[in-house]
Amino acid sequence: MRARYAYTLTIAILAGIVVAFAFDENRTVSVLSFSLRYAVPLILAAMVGIICERSGIINIGIEGQMLMSAFAGFFGAAITGNLILGTMIGVGTGMIMGAFLATGAVTWKMDQIIAGVIINIIATGLTSFFYSQGYVLPAITPKLRIPVLADIPLLGPVLFDNGLFTYAALLTAVLLWVLLFKTIWGLRTRSVGEKPGSADTSGINVQRTRFWNVTLAGGLAGLAGAYLSIEAASTFERGLTAGRGFTALAIMIFGAWNPIGALGAALFFGLANGLASQLQADEVIDIPQQFINMLPYILTIVLLAIVSGRVKPPAAIGKPYEKE
Amino acid sequence: MSVTDPAQTDLGFTDPDPRRETPWSRSQIFVTPIASVFLALLLGGILILIQGVNPLTAYWVLFSSALGDVDGLVTVMQKSTPLILTGLAFTVGLRTGLFNIGAQGQLLVGAIGAAWAGYNFQMPAVIHLPFAIVFGMLCGAAWASIAGALRAYRSVSEVITTIMLNAVAIALVDYLASKPLQEEGQPLTRTPLVQATAALPEFGVIPSGFVVALFVSLIIGWMLTRTTQGFRFNTVGLNPSAANYAGIGVKKTIFLAMAVSGALAGMGGAVETLGITGRFEPSFNAGLGFDGITIALLARANPIATIPAAILVGTMRAGAASLQFQTGIEPEVVDVILALTLLFVSAPIVGRLLFRKRAMKQASFSSGWGGA
Repeated sequence: MRARYAYTLTIAILAGIVVAFAFDENRTVSVLSFSLRYAVPLILAAMVGIICERSGIINIGIEGQMLMSAFAGFFGAAITGNLILGTMIGVGTGMIMGAFLATGAVTWKMDQIIAGVIINIIATGLTSFFYSQGYVLPAITPKLRIPVLADIPLLGPVLFDNGLFTYAALLTAVLLWVLLFKTIWGLRTRSVGEKPGSADTSGINVQRTRFWNVTLAGGLAGLAGAYLSIEAASTFERGLTAGRGFTALAIMIFGAWNPIGALGAALFFGLANGLASQLQADEVIDIPQQFINMLPYILTIVLLAIVSGRVKPPAAIGKPYEKE
Repeated sequence: MSVTDPAQTDLGFTDPDPRRETPWSRSQIFVTPIASVFLALLLGGILILIQGVNPLTAYWVLFSSALGDVDGLVTVMQKSTPLILTGLAFTVGLRTGLFNIGAQGQLLVGAIGAAWAGYNFQMPAVIHLPFAIVFGMLCGAAWASIAGALRAYRSVSEVITTIMLNAVAIALVDYLASKPLQEEGQPLTRTPLVQATAALPEFGVIPSGFVVALFVSLIIGWMLTRTTQGFRFNTVGLNPSAANYAGIGVKKTIFLAMAVSGALAGMGGAVETLGITGRFEPSFNAGLGFDGITIALLARANPIATIPAAILVGTMRAGAASLQFQTGIEPEVVDVILALTLLFVSAPIVGRLLFRKRAMKQASFSSGWGGA
């Protein structure tokens, strides 16, 4: 989206939030908190997409990577009795799934979309096959309330009184922006995704860069999955990820493959859903539940239709690199 | 749309390099899928072993319950029917360079459309049955056309939109079957039974839907290899810029291919509704769309080969229930086996084991998000 529109929209939304806060403090804070929690896995998953596609690899398997990690993270935490260990198991599983995609799409030069679809189907199959009931988490995830900052009206309770995953997601987005645009790693990653031939000529190992980026990005998908099962749902169910991995791809496109843009898009997405469910709960609008369920998906399609053609994907995505 | 982009030219289902062709390397078209299935069954056997059941016993139950008697065979035919059609749906898209991941949604919309057309009208069977099937196909085509139009005219990746439309379709048919189209006086989420005039008959024991599906495979095979439209589909799939130079309307072709693909998936839903369930219930056909992908790639995007591939998958689906009943193994093991099959068929693992590396060609269909 053109930066001008993005700024205008952001300012309009922020103004709307302040007005709403003046009318009803509690409800505004609760809607915003809901929106942020909704956005956390989307932010992380969109970052996975950005790292992969900036390296030239389409990752349609984020959904499956998250699902496997949510599964491994939850049962890891329940069996070991340790939330941190569970989260680490989730992240590790995500990296294994990332390495799986990297092996298929980079090493074997498979079709990238097929490789991603396989990840999704395998994840659905394995998590359903090994699913068993009767496990519970040892504790609920603690909240980290940042002193002083949390006392700011409106901003404080929304931004500075959250679980660790939320801070991690927000930090990841900012950090990834710095890494991508201000470091040597970022320059190499972008060159490998835009013009791998030139990158190769200048001495960058295209295959190795792509392989490790896709693998490490899988770790972030693992974090997103662990958030869903360990913090958000506090349990694991079949199909827990509910299409968030695909929505994240749309958010990535909407954010023009830029971490900060994607962060904004994910927050906007969360806000739209937060508002809809609050309006539904207050019975301001009376729409059948099924239509509320459709909302994120329809919103994704509409946003993609609006934004496409105005943003440009990395030039080399989808194509395996062949040395000339 | 990548009209100006010299996209991938190799779709993986073309013949091996003729310069290096030997009878053995030529046979990889058949050998690789078959070897992939066996390798997947082998690995699936390890999963079964972990659950403490002898894999041979499990596979015997899986296949004998499906193929052992007439009832089993009829079930296999019933299960294979929508699979042939969703396999064809993915094939038509793939030939045109499109990934229609949305066969599931198109099938659901087609199924509820056919159910409505089936119960809501009174007419003679000669008109009613074709009308209900065609209406289901139109619903599926319309649903796919949303993604088709966005891809053709707005450059939006059909991969994401079809997946999103799957989720929308699931919620939409659930709403329709629970409110406007619900059977009266019933608390259940389902439509009324279709009229007898719209129900698919049986030829002896053979469900006529199965025969229809076989016939449709032949038509699609003929269309793709012997007609101008099929040539357009293939050319756009192989090289959109060459197609553009040749004067083929690339956008129109893409739109049409998605519509045909959706119509086939919709037909899968219509045949299932009119031939087997007799009404629409939202829960009755989860996952059929994803099986279509496995089937199409197992068949190397060949419409005729879709038939045996769909029967194989249908057999496993039909036997999965007895597997759980007799050995206590979760029926999802079939999902894992099918996913592994898809992996081995599309990754160069099996090919490299069996054939010289040089004779292998890489499968590559996608050229990005279709942006720019």
